[in-house]
Amino acid sequence: MKLNVDGLLVYFPYDYIYPEQYMYMMELKRTLDAKGHCVLEMPSGTGKTVSLLSLVVAYIKNSPNDVNKMIYCSRTIPELEKVVEELKNLMDYYERETGDKQELLGLALSSRKNLCIHPRASRGGEGTSVDAECQKMTVSYVRRKHDKDKSIELCDFYERWEKDGKGTVLPPGIYGLDELKEYGTKKGWCPYFLARSAIMQADVVIYSYYYLLDPKIADIVSKELSKKSVVIFDEAHNIDNVCIESMSVQITKRTLDKCNANMDLLTRHINRIKESDAERLKEEYLRLVEGLKETSLNRDTDVIMANPVIPDEILQEAVPGNIRNAEHFISFLRRFCEYLRSRLRVQHVVSETPPSFLKDCSQKVCIERKPLRFSSERLASLLRTLELSDMSDFKPLVLISHFATLVSTYAKGFVLIIEPFDDRTPTIPNPILNFSCLDASIAVKPVFDRFQSVVITSGTLSPLDMYPKILDFRPVNMAMFSMTLARTCICPMIVSKGNDQVAVSSKFESREDPAVIRNYGNLLVEMCGVVPDGLVCFFTSYIYMESTVASWYEQGIIDQIQKHKLLFIETQDAAETTLALLNYQKACENGRGAVLLSVARGKVSEGVDFDHHLGRAVIMFGVPYVYTQSRIVKARLEYLRERFQIRENDFLTFDAMRHAAQCIGRCLRGKTDYGIMLFADKRFSRADKRGKLPKWIQEHLKDSLCNLSTDEAVQVAKRFLRQMAQPFSREDQLGLSLLTHEQVQSEEMQKRMEQKMQIM
Amino acid sequence: MSRHSEEVLLHFQHVKNKKVDGVLYMMSERLAWMQSSKQSFTYSHAYSDIKAQKISADSKERVQLQLVMHDGSANTFQFNNPAGREAQMRDRESVKELLQQLLPKFRRKLSSELEEKSRLLQDNPELFQLYKDLVVSQVITAEEFWSTQGPKYSAKEKNEQKQTTGVSAAFLADIKPETDGCNGLKYNLTADIIESIFRTYPMVKKKHAEYVPHEMSESDFWRRFFQSHYFHRDRTALGNKDLFSDCAKKDEEEIKSEVEKKNSDPLLNLAGHKDGNLEEGYGGVNDDKRGSITPANLTMIRRFNQHSTMVLKACQEAGSQSTSGTSTSNGTHINGSMSKTSQLNGIVDNVHQPPQKKARIREKLQYEDLETGLDKDGVNLHLSRMERYLHGPTPLTSTRYTSTEDLISATNCVSAEIDTWNPDLTHVLHGSTAVSILGELSPGGALMQGTSQQLLNQMVPEDIQNELKQNYNALCELLRHFWSCFPASSKFLEEKVVKMKSTLERFNMAKLNPLKDKLQANHYSLDLTGHMQDLLSTAYTKFDTWQTRRMSRKT
Repeated sequence: MKLNVDGLLVYFPYDYIYPEQYMYMMELKRTLDAKGHCVLEMPSGTGKTVSLLSLVVAYIKNSPNDVNKMIYCSRTIPELEKVVEELKNLMDYYERETGDKQELLGLALSSRKNLCIHPRASRGGEGTSVDAECQKMTVSYVRRKHDKDKSIELCDFYERWEKDGKGTVLPPGIYGLDELKEYGTKKGWCPYFLARSAIMQADVVIYSYYYLLDPKIADIVSKELSKKSVVIFDEAHNIDNVCIESMSVQITKRTLDKCNANMDLLTRHINRIKESDAERLKEEYLRLVEGLKETSLNRDTDVIMANPVIPDEILQEAVPGNIRNAEHFISFLRRFCEYLRSRLRVQHVVSETPPSFLKDCSQKVCIERKPLRFSSERLASLLRTLELSDMSDFKPLVLISHFATLVSTYAKGFVLIIEPFDDRTPTIPNPILNFSCLDASIAVKPVFDRFQSVVITSGTLSPLDMYPKILDFRPVNMAMFSMTLARTCICPMIVSKGNDQVAVSSKFESREDPAVIRNYGNLLVEMCGVVPDGLVCFFTSYIYMESTVASWYEQGIIDQIQKHKLLFIETQDAAETTLALLNYQKACENGRGAVLLSVARGKVSEGVDFDHHLGRAVIMFGVPYVYTQSRIVKARLEYLRERFQIRENDFLTFDAMRHAAQCIGRCLRGKTDYGIMLFADKRFSRADKRGKLPKWIQEHLKDSLCNLSTDEAVQVAKRFLRQMAQPFSREDQLGLSLLTHEQVQSEEMQKRMEQKMQIM
Repeated sequence: MSRHSEEVLLHFQHVKNKKVDGVLYMMSERLAWMQSSKQSFTYSHAYSDIKAQKISADSKERVQLQLVMHDGSANTFQFNNPAGREAQMRDRESVKELLQQLLPKFRRKLSSELEEKSRLLQDNPELFQLYKDLVVSQVITAEEFWSTQGPKYSAKEKNEQKQTTGVSAAFLADIKPETDGCNGLKYNLTADIIESIFRTYPMVKKKHAEYVPHEMSESDFWRRFFQSHYFHRDRTALGNKDLFSDCAKKDEEEIKSEVEKKNSDPLLNLAGHKDGNLEEGYGGVNDDKRGSITPANLTMIRRFNQHSTMVLKACQEAGSQSTSGTSTSNGTHINGSMSKTSQLNGIVDNVHQPPQKKARIREKLQYEDLETGLDKDGVNLHLSRMERYLHGPTPLTSTRYTSTEDLISATNCVSAEIDTWNPDLTHVLHGSTAVSILGELSPGGALMQGTSQQLLNQMVPEDIQNELKQNYNALCELLRHFWSCFPASSKFLEEKVVKMKSTLERFNMAKLNPLKDKLQANHYSLDLTGHMQDLLSTAYTKFDTWQTRRMSRKT
């Protein structure tokens, strides 16, 4: 249908629309008009993506001078591909309605492992091996060498792209990963480099968070994107963690050992070159003296390693004298590694700030801050000069140099923690140096500064005001939408006690209590008997799940579960879990029914949907707090309190509840779907937890459902499921939770919707 | 009566049957009971007839053993050794043990073919009736009957493919160990459980075939099974002593190969979810990498997964084709995804992957309530018997409602037609002929003789109808045989024709004539058997002409 959203003509590729979709577009439009950032929460499974795409595409078409590009960031590859399909759907609709060929260019970008079509390189399947293989064949000096020595293998796809494809413009259309590959195969061009260069001309770019948030990649890929872009972070409830991860480094003893080997290898190469081609090193030295930037830096393939710090922090001056000479630089690195090694030899846990680390470093081994800051840039230059073909061997050394640059660049927002052993095995020495970013705003700041509008959206962002705080930005618009329902198709409830009235909770003191474990088990068994098809359970952590399952086996609960349904359990191995998921799905589909035990914050909870029959009920066993004994978490909490005045408990609860909501929300897609959402922990009924659930869940969590025993919960579930089994037609929904074109444009309806929404 | 050459394996005095004391003999092929005062066996049961044995509970006063036969009958023996209850128990135990060993051997001997035939007859009442009419009344021999009917039915059976019963996920839990009081455990295994174990764990079945009975006894095998870590999910392998250690290894390998098989469902491939940009050494802030403390737990969890997978597979292999059609999911689109996923599981080469992947993604994107014209392509309905579906409990006369507008417009239409109607008088019949034709065509007229106001099925009682139907069936079958012999090109066929002719005559005498008499006795005005006689006489004439021609050729 064609909608009038606040004066903008929006093509919406469906015949009906949910009221919240309309309101969502409304708010989005206001944000774009204001050229600011916003935070929007919209219930999961109510068609967020399609609303986003419809509105932004319409906006770009209508006023290309204000907004000329959409950058859509998603978390996982399947999500990314879903967006591509939605966009294709939308453009098909445009074409059908207007009859014109659409001139929009949409493009997905992913790493080489998903785009490479070179028969040998793509066979590896692993991200790093494909990257390395590709680099070996495409780096400029290898290609130069090829001119002299034809036996050196090059990538034909890259060569052909370089020769014919580079200057050409991709014909308009929507290119997913497979379309890119297909197009690349047809033309004989490399899809990866094709996509990399095409994102500059594309109107819609779809890629993963890292391309914007990880400075190492963002600098290479997203540097020249237009300022008038709208950046959308979908499923952004976890965005702060992505920001932090991309700037954190972990160093173990093994890393340092490998570094030594790396440096030995480098020394040998340097000596070899000195004998054969001393000119080259001299040239590099001179260039560094002059402070000239690499001339060939613009070549895409030569980016062996990028700077790990955000662009504003990169120094625009010449490399200091003491590391200009290659040999000097190697001995400098050697000294630094030795220093790190000595630091790892501690007996107790050390936690310190970057400045104190630097001070100690300069006292002990006389390494100053400035050369450290340049070390990653200097290493990049050296590796390039040596013209080594296989860069993947030097990963550990690159890591160390990144660490050096990071630690000397940022004085605040980071912490260094050295742990001599794992807490659970104090007798086995296993020293780890964690250099952790504590401030999510560092990585995301350039994004907010550079782009006109940034949209943070997800199904579970409550409480909304937390995100502007931890990401340190000022939104022009914050809104959350509730779900309008003709029938209450979600049934949230809190089970606080078992049938024996023993309170159930995953809190540390009581989680090992056999009574609690048994009560949890009985709850699951009872629900298995009531719920059809699929049932998904989430535990707070992997160890907790493991010990619970072991106890359940001893108590005979597993046997009882198996009488009703097949049992599948997430493991820490991704491939094994994939197989389990596949079988789980099969069991749900052939009517057998299955239970999946899984972990909050795990891979399953982040990336797999359990819509319709795949998840008729979700049970959250316990409050999924982060492992609070972790020193990194503690340091982060402290930092948040000092810097943003967020109380520790507030943040922990917020973090736990967003993960709980994320797990629970996996079971719903669309308003014809239905599911039971069961929170099994006494603590959920407290106001501070309950109040942090998304509004669309909270609304239906009545007081009478907040303190149930197992039996009561089963009764509620039975009644709910019986209701849901009744026929439900479009007529029941129309006018309430589903609107026709006329209804959505009527003034009365718009007023009604306005009231339902909550704007902060 | 009894063959004395038989070897008597066991015999017990003081075994009561129907309150009469006697002796129980267990011989190599049968079990027999002789009343003490007599010299011949009162009962003699071949082992192959015995379906199962049941024993009375220990708590019961009387020590009894019941034999259940394949035909459903049962016979109960009471052990009444005067030496006391313990001796009685001992007697019974030894009978039970021996029976336990003997029964499975004989069960296999029982001709599977016969079983199959009897099952066929049981499942198809029509066939059974035909069998009764033709074979039991000795119109044709059993072999002839099966040679023609057998393939037809067994083929049909295969097409229908009965839905197989799955394996319960908790079958291992059903074997509840009981303590026997002195530090031991007793497991009760039933044939069902054993079958479940074999179906789910083919490796155990293989082991069973290898070791039983050459190297160990049945019970020994299962004792070892229950002792093994293979059965106890939470135990880790203790070493190579365990009989089942390589079973576990094999299973492990199988799972591994399954894992490695390229999983092409893009939405579930967790390993490929991440865009793989965070390299080793970076991050590590949030992920809780604390793994399992006890490796036993880990293996246990993996085994649960494996068990469920095996159970699922055991069901799927049996009815792999049928699942796609008969799955009982609750939405049509779900069935769609079902068939797709089953395709996705196979090894898919890269060329075909994208469309499937796309379809899967698109399916996930669909909002059924936002779109209008959703084409719901549901499951195809397979009807093995159409008439059953058509003659379901629906009212026979479907009344069609017509609205007043329809009626008015119809009348208008008719009157308009009449207004413009021009009789084409040159082609009209002469008045008197027309009247006579109408007379012939109305009920009771020459052309409508059979039709009266009453329907045939109301006039003839149910039992006669059935009898008629059966006779028709039998006759048709015979006639089919008869006609299939022409042209009688071979010696065999010629003989068969002659034989069939006599068979037909016998049928006429034995079945049709009595029926005719019966009908006449009941004074039915209609000639219900006329058509059958026509059929027969046609066959006879054919036979006669053939006979004369043959004779003339011979002379």
